[in-house]
This record gives sequence, C-alpha cells and structure tokens, in this order.
Amino acid sequence: MGHQNLDAQMENLSQEEMIELVREALKIRNGDLTAADIALYGELQGLVDFIRAARQEISSLKPNDICSYHIPSATDELDAIVEATAEATGGILDAAENLEEIAVRATPEICDEITNVVTSIYEACNFQDITGQRITKVVQTLKAIEEKVGKLMESFSHPAVADIQEIRSEKRVGEAALLNGPALPSSSRDQADIDAIFSS
Amino acid sequence: MAVDLKMPILLVDDYKTMLRIERNLLKQLGFENIEEACDGTEALEKLRHNNYGLIISDWNMEPMTGLSLLKEVRSDSALKDIPFIMVTAESKTENVVAAKEAGVNNYIIKPFNATTLKAKIATVLGDF
Repeated sequence: MGHQNLDAQMENLSQEEMIELVREALKIRNGDLTAADIALYGELQGLVDFIRAARQEISSLKPNDICSYHIPSATDELDAIVEATAEATGGILDAAENLEEIAVRATPEICDEITNVVTSIYEACNFQDITGQRITKVVQTLKAIEEKVGKLMESFSHPAVADIQEIRSEKRVGEAALLNGPALPSSSRDQADIDAIFSS
Repeated sequence: MAVDLKMPILLVDDYKTMLRIERNLLKQLGFENIEEACDGTEALEKLRHNNYGLIISDWNMEPMTGLSLLKEVRSDSALKDIPFIMVTAESKTENVVAAKEAGVNNYIIKPFNATTLKAKIATVLGDF
C-alpha cells in the first residue's frame, strides 16, 4: 500500500517538484556514497533527461498551433460543411415539394410516376442527417484532442498562447499560396463582389 | 380496425431537414395531421397538452434524448399507451435492446426508405 501511495504521489508531481526531488536525492553525503546511491542517481538523471527531451520534442511540435489555429480552423470548416449541406438539402426538398404539387395536375398515371420519383428524392435526402451526425462526432473528437494537448502543455509549464502572427507568417509562396479552397461563410465573397474586383 | 389517417402524429427530431422529410413521406402515405418537436423536452410539453395517436422520434437530441422521452412517456399514465417508433442512426444491439426494454413499439434505422416507414407503422397501428 505504501508503494501505491508513493506511485500516486509521484504521478502528481509538477516538473519543478520533480527536479527539486532529484536535487534532494542527489545530495552527496561526505564519503557515504554507496552503489545503491549511484544507481539511484543514474535512474533519476535519466528521468530528468527524459523529461527535458520530451519537453523539447513537444515544443518543436508547436502544440500552441494545434489549440489556437489548426483545431479551431478544422472545426470551423466542418461546421461550414454541415451548414452548406443543410442549405443544399433544403433546396432539393423545395424542388421536390414543388414537383409534388405539379404532379397533382397531371394524369393519375403520370402523377404516380412523379410521386415515386419524389419519394426517392426524399429518401436520398436522409444523407444530410447522417453526415451531420458524423461530422459532429469528428468535431467532438477534435475538441477532446485540443483539451488533452492543452493539459499536456500545462503540465510541462509551456508558455502562454503563441503569437498567431508567428503561426501565419509561415506562409506558402508562389502559386501554392493561391490554393485555399472555399472561404468560410463569414469571410466569403459573392459573385457581385468578384465582379466588382474584376471590373476595377 | 382501419388506421385513422387523420390521427395526430408527433414527429420529434433536432434536424429540421429530417422533420421535413418524415412529414413529406407521411403525407404521401395519407397522414394529414402532423406536428413537430425539436427535442424531447418540447415533445413532452406537446404530449401533455394534446392527444397524439403516434410518436415518431429521433434518439440523439439535447437536452432530452429520444430514449429519455420514451421513458417519460411510458411512465406517464396519461401517455403510456401511445405507440412510439424510434427513428435513429443508432444501430448497435444495446441501443435496440435499451429501446425495447423502455417500451418502444418499433425501431427504424436511418437512412430509411418510404417502404420501411410504412411497414413499421403498419406493424404498430395495423395495415393501411
């Protein structure tokens, strides 16, 4: 039980506490260094080296980019997908409902044919509900990753939020810089805007 | 007994598009009196103030899920006998079992077609 308590306490130590513990353990007693002390020193030094290396690796991954740019950007794009598919599906349903109204004016035979086709359209439009749910799951997963990365950064006492300008300064150049895909609804332009630019 | 196509049906789903699809398919089947709710809480409110002959509900909704709505309906003496069909993308065995144990009358997996919808309603209410 004593070992289990010690393990639990060790897991909850911050990096500073761990380093202080190592210092205390490394206080050499005059003429009292035993083989066990040396072995302990080696293990603890290895642990400190491991923590430093892990921290450097994590820093090189730029974890701030994940939380402050990449994940929010990805979730924005996914939200835009859901919105766009909902709007498109609405348009399809409008058209299908119009067809049903028109069908009533046709002969019974043609009316039945049109109704069957319209039914197929309604059935196909089920997709929007399914894709919406799948995308919601992906967004939840991304947010969970963001949270875990955030906690990892805290546990390594990582500096506060990185400068977004620094992230975006890593720009693509040349033609690659022109490949951005559709803009999010909040920053998109319509044809009138494009025509205005084109004409200027 | 013939199914009353004028009976009020309550559709419950948090996706407006799905409500529209289900409404249109039910109209094609001849049902005329269709109401909608966006989640279990709104559905329960409507159920306590109106009479319905059938509830068709999604599962994944907030703040009240379809399963919670089903349990509320089955535990309410005024509502417990209303036929309840779950229409959901939840397809695991444990989901179906949970719904059955809660008293669902039938279970439809999304995406579904008009034939399935009609067949499941007929199973619950009788042929029409």
